[in-house]
Amino acid sequence: MSSTTNPSTHHTSTIGAIGAPSRRNTELALLVFAVVIPVFAYANVGLALNDQVPPGLLGYGLGLGLLAGVGHLVVRKFAPYADPLLLPLATLLNGLGLVVIWRLDQSERLQVRSTFVEAAPRQLLYSALGVALFVGVLLLLKDHRVLQRYTYISMFAALVLLLLPLVPGLGADVFGAKIWIKIPGLGTIQPGEFAKIVIAVFFAGYLMVKRDALALASRRFMGLYLPRGRDLGPILMVWAMSILILVFETDLGTSLLFFGMFVVMLYVATERTSWIVFGLLMSAAGAVGVASFEPHVQQRVQAWLDPMGEYLKSKQGVVGHSEQSMEALWAFGSGGVLGTGLGQGNSDLIGFAANSDFILATFGEELGLAGVMAILLIYGLIVERGVRTALAARDPFGKLLAVGLSGAFALQVFVVAGGVMNLIPLTGMTLPFVAYGGSSVIANWALIGILIRISDTARRPAPSPAPNPDAEMTQVVRP
Amino acid sequence: MNKPLRRIAIFCGLLVLALLVRDNWLQYVMATELKEDKANRRVAIERYAQPRGDIIVDGKSITGSAKTEGSDFDYKRTYKNGEMWAPVTGYASQAFGATQLESIEDGILTGNDDRLFFRRTLDMITGKKQAGGNVVTTLSAAAQKAAFEGLGDKKGAVAAIDPSTGAILALASTPSYDPSTFAGNSTETDSKAWAKLQKKENPDDPMLNRALRETYPPGSTFKVVTAAAALENGLVDDVDAKTDSPLPYTLPDTRTELKNEGNIPCKDASLRDALKVSCNTVFGKIGADLGKDKMKEEAEKFGFNSEQFTPVRSNASVFPDEMDKPQTALSSIGQFETAATPLQMAMVASAVANDGTLMKPYMVDKLQAPSLDVIEQTEPEEMSKPLSEDNAQKLQSIMETVVQDGTGTRAQIPGVTVGGKTGTAQHGVDNSEKPYAWFISYAKLKDGSSPVAVAVVVEDGSANRDDISGGGLAAPIAQAVMKAVVDSKQ
Repeated sequence: MSSTTNPSTHHTSTIGAIGAPSRRNTELALLVFAVVIPVFAYANVGLALNDQVPPGLLGYGLGLGLLAGVGHLVVRKFAPYADPLLLPLATLLNGLGLVVIWRLDQSERLQVRSTFVEAAPRQLLYSALGVALFVGVLLLLKDHRVLQRYTYISMFAALVLLLLPLVPGLGADVFGAKIWIKIPGLGTIQPGEFAKIVIAVFFAGYLMVKRDALALASRRFMGLYLPRGRDLGPILMVWAMSILILVFETDLGTSLLFFGMFVVMLYVATERTSWIVFGLLMSAAGAVGVASFEPHVQQRVQAWLDPMGEYLKSKQGVVGHSEQSMEALWAFGSGGVLGTGLGQGNSDLIGFAANSDFILATFGEELGLAGVMAILLIYGLIVERGVRTALAARDPFGKLLAVGLSGAFALQVFVVAGGVMNLIPLTGMTLPFVAYGGSSVIANWALIGILIRISDTARRPAPSPAPNPDAEMTQVVRP
Repeated sequence: MNKPLRRIAIFCGLLVLALLVRDNWLQYVMATELKEDKANRRVAIERYAQPRGDIIVDGKSITGSAKTEGSDFDYKRTYKNGEMWAPVTGYASQAFGATQLESIEDGILTGNDDRLFFRRTLDMITGKKQAGGNVVTTLSAAAQKAAFEGLGDKKGAVAAIDPSTGAILALASTPSYDPSTFAGNSTETDSKAWAKLQKKENPDDPMLNRALRETYPPGSTFKVVTAAAALENGLVDDVDAKTDSPLPYTLPDTRTELKNEGNIPCKDASLRDALKVSCNTVFGKIGADLGKDKMKEEAEKFGFNSEQFTPVRSNASVFPDEMDKPQTALSSIGQFETAATPLQMAMVASAVANDGTLMKPYMVDKLQAPSLDVIEQTEPEEMSKPLSEDNAQKLQSIMETVVQDGTGTRAQIPGVTVGGKTGTAQHGVDNSEKPYAWFISYAKLKDGSSPVAVAVVVEDGSANRDDISGGGLAAPIAQAVMKAVVDSKQ
């Protein structure tokens, strides 16, 4: 279980922590790129659209640089041994997202829509809030194991967050999915994004305590370890919760995300493949079961199988259909390998949610296959750095939390990017850091903060060995 | 705990890999298909992103482009004298797509054609905007004007061909429409103008290109084809010799008498006399005697039963396949199920005028790159030889008699030899509806060359059967068109 007691894993980074360099300067150098690349992209958009460098370039560059700088200084001071890649990668995605959101703000097609607002300034504000939360996490959370104490409070908090959109008068139904809450004066919040982190804390704390029982008390059947009936309780509960989210909030993505995260963490905690099998069977049964009576889900599946038919129905004005999926596919196709160049595509034809759920399509059209692959690889890198953090962590809680957060991040990217590219049915979710949306940006910065905290703890040099008692004179402690 | 962690790492890697594979599928494998999908609005945006190339007649463009505001399409098509030229150009509308030349040569006009790829790439490197090429037509502005104005308020069509090359000189259809009125995509003006032109709203169907896409019973003008069949098959050798033609003539295997128009001297009339006064009995008997196969063979040599691509498609004219003897006789005088487009009948006249050789009709002389370099030049092409030179000259001689002192006197042009044939086609059950007036003819200059062959059809002319006969209504239009061409040659 613990890596330090298992000689077979010594060749990996788990042991390399001792005396490891802090890599803070590497992080700083990478951050320079993470700021400069979006600044160039920003200038690129302005030149393509108006033949001039956008007047906001300096402010934008300084803003992003300031955020990155603050993040870096705080990491240098409070998490000096943290993974050096996470902060630059998140900054780069955040910066590119801001550029593309600004680019879509300039679209005349989107400007005439009744719901149009200038999204880029708001997103910059959200990013600042996100980095503030990131700083807050690093300042206040000196050791991630503290979170263990809040296992059951986390469960309660997660349930409240997930149920909030269902409260009458608070929830907001936006185009079929009920995952938003409206706070007068503040706008809408997507509590699911925060619940993702809180629930990972609960799963990690719970599984750390129960994993022996879940792993050992089992019967062997056809090569699989079958858990005892009563041990099925927790997974059944999470499953039921996911189904409820799906039915009452009609949100396929969140539902899949929570259940997937739980199965991943359960598997890591127990090392039993049988849980994966159970998880897959249960999610398949749940999805098929809900799809049999939930028209919203059925319609999404239909749109997935036949995006062109969906497009035509929408064009004919049939209520409840959307041409967005097909428009997104055309955006990808029209981008080709190298893309049209920033500011020169027509991805704004997607219309509603072009800068949030469908933002990847703009990357696809304007930066092409090359750009999208780069973005996907950046996400892959963040996830793999997260899993590596889990590998390096020395405590089971930290391992579980890190893999839970990384796994949820990976699932979210897969669900939303796969949906936009029509690989899987579309679900209303945001692409982390890139898509327009305050809740998403803020919550994901907190997620990166926690991962950085865990990796700092993991890579921190082991405390110097306790002084040899024989070397010193025995001290007499008087009562 | 590390073993499952590694597996999770691999699992997450596979998720990303799946996305990468899917992305390659979309943006590489399927990219062209998605990009060129007709429903993809980018296709239309690109089409209207720069001024469209022009369609050119006699060195002058008959089209243009205008900058538009308030839409993602930058330019729209404009037309000069759109009503007159619509049967040639077709239309290119932001809202309703393109047809005919505008559609067929769209690649050249937008500059997207593969043959322009190299120039386009050069332009991209030098920073020049993409531009469209031009389509230079074979049409004659004078002939087209004569045809369009000759038709006037009447419903009908004109097709004129240069017999020696097959170049189309005039292609008019009335009532016509102005494609400028719906070239944009405004729901206010363009959609309304479009709706008004549809057959539902407008029973005259102004958007029908009658010269190419409407087939009419050719009536007596088809007797030229029957005469050609008689000469080619040796049934008649001397056009001035008496034929064995009884009057009254009863259709074979029936008791139905085939009648002539009025009391005309058709008994045993020679081919010349029979064509001059348009004897149904003589040509009906020739058709019945030759039989349907020989008649069909000759008709198909003239182009019947197949579509023509000029490159704009013309409907196939019909000479029926399955019929008995009396039906063959009727078909041979241009009735029963025989039907022809004006272009087809112009081809008949042009083959006779060109000493029996039918040239493939075409209306695009050349395609030009934006720099005016010629990308493609159409070479005249022989399509078939429905008549020997000898027989063609015999037929010319009797067609000239028709204009000299037969039914087609109103097509005469001083100083020019004109050969022609009138036609009055029945229409509707038992001739209940107004007939079609036909006239086909050619003009021959003193040097023996023939610069123009023309076919005119006028629908629903006057109520009086005699007056409508091709000689009265259609021949003057044909005369004007031929005169316009002849005058422009001199």
